[in-house]
Amino acid sequence: MKYDAVIIGAGVVGCAAARELSRYDLDILVIDRESDVCEGTSKANSAIIHAGFDAAPGTLKAKLNVQGNAMMDKLSEELDIPFRRSGAMVVCREESELAKLEELLERGKANGVEGLKILDRNEALELEPNLSDEVYAALYAPTSGIVCPFEMTLAFAENAHKNGAEFMLSAAVTGISRDENGIFTVGTTKGAVTAKCVINCAGVFSDKIHDMVCEPSFTIAPRRGEYMLLDRNAGKTVNCTIFQLPTKMGKGILVSPTVHGNLLLGPTADDTENREDTATTRGGLGNVRAKSALSVKNIPYGQVITSFAGLRAAGNTGDFIIREDDKVKGFIDAAGIESPGLTSAPAIALYIRDIVAGILPLKEKPDFDPIRKGIPKLASMPAEERAELIRKRPEYGQIVCRCEQISEGEILDSIERPLGAATLDGVKRRVRAGMGRCQAGFCSPKVIDMLAKKQGITYGEVKKNG
Amino acid sequence: MTRNMICIGCPMGCELTVEVEDGKAVSVTGNTCGVGKKYAETEVSAPTRMVTTTIMSDSGKPVPVKTGTAVPKDRIFDVVKAVKSASVKLPVKIGDIAVSDAAGTGVDVIVTKDTE
Amino acid sequence: MAENISLAVIGGGPAGMAAAISAYDSGIKDVTIFERDTELGGILNQCIHNGFGLHTFKEELTGPEYAGRFIAQVKERGIRYETGSMVLSISPDKEITVVSKAKGLRTVKAEAVILAMGCRERPRGALNIPGMRPQGIYTAGTAQKLVNCEGFLPGKEVVILGSGDIGLIMARRMTLEGAHVKAVAELMPYSGGLKRNIVQCLDDFGIPLLLSHTVTDIKGKRKLEGVTISEVDSTSTPIPGTEQYYECDTLLLSCGLIPENELSLTAGIKINGMTNGPEADDRLQTSTEGIFACGNVLHVHDLVDFVSEEAARAGRNAARYITEKGRKNNAPEIIRIIPGNGVRYTVPCTVDTANADEDIHIRFRVRNVYKGCAIKVGNESTELISKKKRITVPSEMEDIVIKPELLRSAGGDITVSIEEGQV
Repeated sequence: MKYDAVIIGAGVVGCAAARELSRYDLDILVIDRESDVCEGTSKANSAIIHAGFDAAPGTLKAKLNVQGNAMMDKLSEELDIPFRRSGAMVVCREESELAKLEELLERGKANGVEGLKILDRNEALELEPNLSDEVYAALYAPTSGIVCPFEMTLAFAENAHKNGAEFMLSAAVTGISRDENGIFTVGTTKGAVTAKCVINCAGVFSDKIHDMVCEPSFTIAPRRGEYMLLDRNAGKTVNCTIFQLPTKMGKGILVSPTVHGNLLLGPTADDTENREDTATTRGGLGNVRAKSALSVKNIPYGQVITSFAGLRAAGNTGDFIIREDDKVKGFIDAAGIESPGLTSAPAIALYIRDIVAGILPLKEKPDFDPIRKGIPKLASMPAEERAELIRKRPEYGQIVCRCEQISEGEILDSIERPLGAATLDGVKRRVRAGMGRCQAGFCSPKVIDMLAKKQGITYGEVKKNG
Repeated sequence: MTRNMICIGCPMGCELTVEVEDGKAVSVTGNTCGVGKKYAETEVSAPTRMVTTTIMSDSGKPVPVKTGTAVPKDRIFDVVKAVKSASVKLPVKIGDIAVSDAAGTGVDVIVTKDTE
Repeated sequence: MAENISLAVIGGGPAGMAAAISAYDSGIKDVTIFERDTELGGILNQCIHNGFGLHTFKEELTGPEYAGRFIAQVKERGIRYETGSMVLSISPDKEITVVSKAKGLRTVKAEAVILAMGCRERPRGALNIPGMRPQGIYTAGTAQKLVNCEGFLPGKEVVILGSGDIGLIMARRMTLEGAHVKAVAELMPYSGGLKRNIVQCLDDFGIPLLLSHTVTDIKGKRKLEGVTISEVDSTSTPIPGTEQYYECDTLLLSCGLIPENELSLTAGIKINGMTNGPEADDRLQTSTEGIFACGNVLHVHDLVDFVSEEAARAGRNAARYITEKGRKNNAPEIIRIIPGNGVRYTVPCTVDTANADEDIHIRFRVRNVYKGCAIKVGNESTELISKKKRITVPSEMEDIVIKPELLRSAGGDITVSIEEGQV
């Protein structure tokens, strides 16, 4: 198959780029080694839309963070992405650290972040009564937000797909070559495709992909972050995202509400050699617990419902690496996309588009449809609207996941729609069945049954992930 | 010879002390009721167990079954094997015989749930 | 335009059925049982093993048989039940929002409500077991459902964490279905399940029970490859150097049950931090008037027979509440039942001694294994009951029955405690 652009990696960056490029008259293919989109770094992170005061002025991180943040309101409307500008605070614990908050404030202003202000302890407590007794002051960032990273990635993917982008999943890239005419051949475990332009959005594997066809020019050192997720009953412990002062390893352990009403604690930051090492550790989880208590009190640790770990794709340059290769023209890297990668993804997509414009002619499609409608979320609907939907489709009245009140109809939607769920985790990330406090104990037999029937396979063949 | 055992006759789990001579219980202590004494006597001579499992039905779903009475402990797997090689046609009622004389034990395997 | 009914019973398992039957027999005929599953019976439907009913029916039944007896009684009486109906919320004034495929989303207003939603299993995440998150990790009850109701054996090489009864039962069940259960690890120095289950589910099949052990690592990206089990010290901390790796494709968790009280919270009901169930008085009424609770939603029971007995009391009291329209005959005199030394909690938390006319069951669990002890009920001035016990264990629920007159004689709050050294 011949494509204009092949995107390697169906994480949030790859999918956002696919959606952006699907505005134009291009044949686009997104390749991922996993059987679903959003299986790497995009699925296990802090789910924060950062304000943008953290990155040094002048860096791509700073620029794309602030730009991406500003794009979220429109995107969440167009693509039906759960998103809330809930605000954020960076807290310090001593008067001597006040200077560091001021430094962040100045940096934020230089980056173009609006609304930043320093709050004294009492002002901060008014917004966040559960701040720990040691909190001295806080930098408040009202433009910070929270998002569902699964739905954000899925929404980009689904909208790209709707506008003609193709997806080849369960296909690991095995090699890339470029012929004398500048045409790339991308070999995969599902066969080879050709492309005029290759966009490398391969996350923790992006250096390996780069090195398949280019001279090595950067490296990725995965940095593992462990998290704990608490029951929705604990979700109101804080109103906004509470950060600690950043260090060179990252933004420290945060305490944040999630867009679905849970409470999220983490991440740790541990460099690892192993690009598959998403194991949690006793020490790491202990650390999350100990450090989160430094900024917030009254966290009900007994209400942890799950813990997980993700890998940040930290590059060795300190900044995002988004550029066309010097020598291998037509090969674009979007690498080193660590935090604030999720926030920046929409802006990274625009940045990539501008690079692509120098390689391929971009002609806008008149029939591009920017609207994506998510699966109806019955549990959070007004009663009348919910009742009406159930009248139209009675399966919306049959609750399968009792913890999150997810119906049979929603699960069927998640399996049946384009780029639908093929695994238990795929269903969970699309409609939250199994995401609640019993962690799929009750609903998994039914969901296994539904997946088996839809795919014509046995129970034993239904996969959790991959 | 003295054997200590826990009675499985009911959830109390009495700790029994059994004096055994020639493979027979000559005295049982620690039991709360007659069930314990009987359990100890059987357990030292010829231990038996109730077997509960499922049998496949023509609907593709399993139906729960149990042995009508306890079977010799060393025949548990034979009984399960006999049940697994058989099947039932729905509907079935509690008490229906699913497998008669399972594995030659003389014990019938009976349905424990009304299933349509 | 809400429907109006006398009594709504939330849950059609053993507790809900027994409560509905008892309320019906006490004169309240306008009862509806709301059951989220496709059939009545609750978790008993998947508990195909025997051991149920010795107290209630004087014979040993399997779970489905025990449920079957109650289902028959529900049907004989013509008590209404709606399967596939999930109650989404209950307001403090007992307006119930319920959703089903058949009837859509609607509200039902009840004069009284009995909560009988049961409990859920503690999942892996709540145990903070470190490691990877591959396929092959199930709570024991989920595996039980898959094996017994769906005919699907989730794996062949099995390790079980936690020696709760469901875990022990599943050790035997998986073995009978052809799996190899390598070990049952238990964090505590004592088993969480009944002794008889250790004998007939583990010992009979040569399955080792590793007390004071826990899972400290899980290996496998997509599918479970194995787990590491370590010994723990007296503070439940893993001891370095004791790690043992077990290759397995299945890890079952039987690490405790949590009453499911999310609905209770919507009704503003006060939850007891020890039981995770509603705080209840001697009539099993919660802190919201007219809403009663029974069975595992109130506190986790060891035997279903006790659930049925308790639920029948809840049913009688709910019927009485409806009949008397909440009126009390005498001015209430509330005393508190306080968990003392060695006692984790008590149900009920309070007794209205002025209006109590039935024998009062004080049910509780002990904190530890106590050999040669006495259960003491009383206060500084009076000892009401002293009951010697050869042994008490946390896995078994204790039940003290006390006459209301005796409680009145205490003249104030009473404490239930364990006194050790009573051989």
